[in-house]
Amino acid sequence: MIRAFVLLLAFAGTAVAQESIVSGLSQNRVSITADFDGSEILVYGAVRRDAPPPEGGPLAVIVTVEGPETPVVVRRKGRVAGIWVNKDEVQIDSAPSFYAVVTTGPLEQILSDTENLRYGITIERVIRAIGITAEADRSGEFILALLRVRTNEDRFRLLEGRVELTDETLFRADVVLPANLIEGTYTVRLFLLRDKKVVAHQERLIGVRKVGLERFIFNLAQERPLIYGLLSLALAAVAGWGASALFRLMRG
Amino acid sequence: MQLYLPIAEVSVSAFLLLGLGGIVGFLSGMFGVGGGFLITPLLFFIGIPPAVAVATGANQVVASSISGVLAQVRRKGVDFQMGGVLLAGGIVGSAIGVWVFRLMTAAGQVDLFIQLSYVFFLGLIGAMMLRESLASMWRARVPGAPVRRSHVHSWAHRLPLKMKFRASGLYISVIPPAIIGALVGFLAAIMGVGGGFIMVPAMIYLLGMPTRVVIGTSLFQIIFVTAFTTVMHAVSSQTVDMLLALLLILGGVIGAQIGTQVGARLKAEQLRVLLSLLVLAVSIRIAVDLLVTPSELYSVAPGVLP
Repeated sequence: MIRAFVLLLAFAGTAVAQESIVSGLSQNRVSITADFDGSEILVYGAVRRDAPPPEGGPLAVIVTVEGPETPVVVRRKGRVAGIWVNKDEVQIDSAPSFYAVVTTGPLEQILSDTENLRYGITIERVIRAIGITAEADRSGEFILALLRVRTNEDRFRLLEGRVELTDETLFRADVVLPANLIEGTYTVRLFLLRDKKVVAHQERLIGVRKVGLERFIFNLAQERPLIYGLLSLALAAVAGWGASALFRLMRG
Repeated sequence: MQLYLPIAEVSVSAFLLLGLGGIVGFLSGMFGVGGGFLITPLLFFIGIPPAVAVATGANQVVASSISGVLAQVRRKGVDFQMGGVLLAGGIVGSAIGVWVFRLMTAAGQVDLFIQLSYVFFLGLIGAMMLRESLASMWRARVPGAPVRRSHVHSWAHRLPLKMKFRASGLYISVIPPAIIGALVGFLAAIMGVGGGFIMVPAMIYLLGMPTRVVIGTSLFQIIFVTAFTTVMHAVSSQTVDMLLALLLILGGVIGAQIGTQVGARLKAEQLRVLLSLLVLAVSIRIAVDLLVTPSELYSVAPGVLP
């Protein structure tokens, strides 16, 4: 019933849409090499209209970039017999490893709560929508803590006013991907908004992959763990013996 | 130069890793400790995930111990017989330790357990060594003061299965070293270290081994304990980062060589005072973490799907 209603809404949405997105990414593949030190993705696009711009408020654009989701445990320390120990924990089934929101202006002026709920745009919505299950009632401050910790680590970002919009038609946003990126498929979502309502949206994917030496080491560790472990030991033995021999040579 | 580590999945400065390896290698060569109790907390500190830090730290200790032990072998500082007996006990103790570690992990308090073991054992051994080595330095300064006898006949000499340990100049039962090996192996597995900082004082004070062979023999058995740990971690959790290990090792083996040379020039008592101060410092550092109110009460760790 609800699904049918949402479908109807979505259908109605596309029926009245007079504006749509044409977009591109500067790269749809990020290669993690040994000297990988972060990467910058340029998201650019234009608004396609079959008719003159509709009446209503000014156009706004929101771009989100979301990294692969993983389950996390958030723990809180408490004092037990004078020492600080992990006392309480909340399991969160899924939280993005990276999430950036880039907008043309302050979020509360361009996005309504209902639209945020529907599309899951802000990071709070993304985590709430997918993450919490049984422990919902006491998880509030744990989620805030997760947001705070990951924001401090630069994994979660909100960059308001950083989408450049020209003549309500052309837009571009630069998203910096950090150096501590994990592998997987990153989702880029683009939203066009008017009067705090989403009028068009689009999704694109970026594949982040280890390549070269990084790929080789990672695959070997996963697929042939025993050989990998022995190889690590051999490496240690050769390096240890080599340094010893070298120093003896140098000393005489 | 930034380097992306394939298993740890973080990007760190290559020079920082070389430097860390070098410092730990230096201390390991100088004192005959593997350096596991230093490298693991240091890796946590620079942002390497704990599981990767523990496993890769073990791999680095293998390399610096091999480098150190070769230098010791040349000056006949390794008692292979004693090392073998300690190792045999160590493997049994280590197996029991791994089992207890798994129980603690299931109970969800493994971090606290590790921290408390560090504070307790490092603190206890550091204090004991400091007291003893200061006392013997004092005796050396005062002429005519009673000298501690190197061979004290005790209960250890009345046990069966006696064996001649030529390099140590001892004729004692294999039971005490086997038990000490097992205890150290057990603690090593729980704390994720090689156990040199416990082994060295145990060999000096409990077995009465001459200081000359203590460091080499300790390194000798640490090689095997940490090699075992490395392979276990690689197989069970895939957390050994080869690139991280390589950089730590490069720094570490060079540091270990320099450390061995410096250590050979210092007097045994001075060496023991320095090692005890280092051990105490690490213990106090971890104790402070447990006692001071943390700035962030919450921590985020990777979870598992239910």
